[in-house]
Amino acid sequence: MLDPASERDEIADVLCVDGRIEAVGAELDGRGAEIFDAEGQWVAPGFVDLHCHLREPGQEYKEDIASGGRAAVAGGFTTVACMANTDPVNDDPATTDFILDRARNDSPARVYPVAAATKGLEGKVMTEMSALLNAGAVAFSDDGRTIMDSGVMRRVLEYSRLVDVPIIVHCEDRTLVGDGVLNEGAISTRLGLPGNPAIAEEVHVSRDIKLAELTGARLHVAHVSTAGGVEEVRRARERGISVTAEVTPHHLTLTDEAALGYDTSTKVAPPLRSAADVAACRAGLVDGSIDAIATDHAPHAQHEKEQQFTEAPHGMLGFETAAAVSLDLVRRAELSPLEWVRRLSLNPARILRRPGGSLVPGEPADVVVIDPEKRWVYDTAKGHSKSRNSPWAGQELTGRVTATFVEGKLVFHVDRGVLAP
Amino acid sequence: MKHRDLLGMEDLERADIERILETANHMREVGERDVKKVPTLRGRTVVNLFFEASTRTRASFEIAGKRLSADVVNFSPSSSSLKKSESILDTARTLDAMDPDCVIVRHSVAGVPKCIADVLSAPVINAGDGAHEHPTQALLDMLTVQQEKGRIDGLTVTIVGDIAHSRVARSNIYGFRRMGAEVRVAAPPTMIPADVETLGVKAYTSLREALEGADVVMALRIQNERLVGSWFPSVREYSATFGLDRARLRFAKDDAIVMHPGPVNRGVELSHELTDDRSSVILDQVRNGVAIRMAVLYLFAGRQRGRAAAEETRP
Repeated sequence: MLDPASERDEIADVLCVDGRIEAVGAELDGRGAEIFDAEGQWVAPGFVDLHCHLREPGQEYKEDIASGGRAAVAGGFTTVACMANTDPVNDDPATTDFILDRARNDSPARVYPVAAATKGLEGKVMTEMSALLNAGAVAFSDDGRTIMDSGVMRRVLEYSRLVDVPIIVHCEDRTLVGDGVLNEGAISTRLGLPGNPAIAEEVHVSRDIKLAELTGARLHVAHVSTAGGVEEVRRARERGISVTAEVTPHHLTLTDEAALGYDTSTKVAPPLRSAADVAACRAGLVDGSIDAIATDHAPHAQHEKEQQFTEAPHGMLGFETAAAVSLDLVRRAELSPLEWVRRLSLNPARILRRPGGSLVPGEPADVVVIDPEKRWVYDTAKGHSKSRNSPWAGQELTGRVTATFVEGKLVFHVDRGVLAP
Repeated sequence: MKHRDLLGMEDLERADIERILETANHMREVGERDVKKVPTLRGRTVVNLFFEASTRTRASFEIAGKRLSADVVNFSPSSSSLKKSESILDTARTLDAMDPDCVIVRHSVAGVPKCIADVLSAPVINAGDGAHEHPTQALLDMLTVQQEKGRIDGLTVTIVGDIAHSRVARSNIYGFRRMGAEVRVAAPPTMIPADVETLGVKAYTSLREALEGADVVMALRIQNERLVGSWFPSVREYSATFGLDRARLRFAKDDAIVMHPGPVNRGVELSHELTDDRSSVILDQVRNGVAIRMAVLYLFAGRQRGRAAAEETRP
């Protein structure tokens, strides 16, 4: 049993009653209870994903809330926060309401909508944050449509203090990115593809941190990918600025060399970086400069990814591989199992200031069971997402989520598949 | 040939390059005959799949194919029905169903020939992909140097121009280095790609230093008008700083040769006088282009027939 909230890493039973954690301890009295035997495996609070794209409404051919929710629980995520770049954009309470309604009916995972920070993600007029918050939004973000206008960004951050939720930023200065499609460096030069320089992230992280310091807003830096970006966040935290950060499993484990065969499943924003950047992201996650692992699960249809590298859309699937891929840090003894769980569950829940991520009695019984040694082949055709864009497709991975419970209910079992709704 | 496809000079061993150059020397002789045709590829279908407009390279491949008696078909999806509705790979699959014996691909985006080769049974020849590679151009440049200098090993080759956006530069860097030459690149700093030294070249922003002791000076064409302003201030400024003329060429060895992949922007990459002085080598490059492409078609399209053979040799 691994529970970062109570700092417990021990062999114990977890008793759930009426969808909540009732008790945790050795040799609990299980009479009258349904028993799930997880002997030899890890039992942890369900994972909380700060960053995913569920594509509904509007792009249901890539993913919808039902399929995305199924993929989430199959990957151990009991709660996912979905970005606003749907069609229509989630920039008004009706859309937020629609997403939550769909999630209640169709998704085995809890869904938290992240609403747009500006109308239509256009970076001009801020959204009605208070109304969106009341409708159920948990944070605001224009994500990949980075707000370039510093004046608008300042006002968004300033205004967000009214609602006191995180503003999530995708830090890439679009003028420095230009038409870059992969990390600028030896690999982009060799492949002859336009490079996206690390400095594009670094200067933007720096700008947003300055603005967060000025406004006192809660800034959350999405998917940090560069050594410079990690360092900016680290220094800001040392200075007491309210900034949190996440990193994706792919930025923790893959470098730009993965693109050498022009495989468009490796095309993501921000791009896969150098080995030195990967090392810095790992170090940042270990030392706490980066709080959380987030998937940036971004489904795209096969015909979209089959375009030339410059045309293919950014993004890769993340839910079903996140645990196995990020367990690399445990296998290499960079993170203890408990600290790994903390970065997938407790820390992201705390950033959103929501319940979950904890096995402390009274908390929702969102629980994940992990077999850290299990070897399995990731077959995207059998995966739960509607899309297949993963660089790990067909590969053998180590470590697998074997069961997922949401509010005490078994929603995924490795042999039985997704069980609800 | 070790590889089924010719996607780039980066993949070729020295022995492969030598074999292609040697074969091209024989092919050149065919081009000097009265009847410029041999039956080598009779009954074979060669497809020129050009997504990017090109007259010179396409004509060169077409002539090469016809001199070897292949049936050459030109297919330019950019100008036909293909737009966003059909993916590149669907185009490749459609083409594959027609069972061509060799497909020559040109595209404005790097990597497309590789992606097409992954789904095609027939061998693929890269005729230029974005800023990635243009292997037949490098081979014809090497053939020209070999003819002019008698060797490649030990020579100093200076490539001048927009290295960042040039597939010709990359292919020549790989090819000449593999054959034992020293390669230098010279350009304004904005036109030298990131970490270029990882390709095994030395980068110069001083043309004079780059030219000192050079045996071969290769000027690249300034092609992209859209680069003006963001990558360099103006064509006039480029010409004033990196344009080659008689005076600047004196920094190179006395017997240095000047090459250009063509067409030359007179007064930009090369001065008028220099273009005229050196036109024989530049036209030899064009002539050698046909010979190289004949050699490549012979070596890549001529050795295996049909799907079964292709699948056997696929890794």
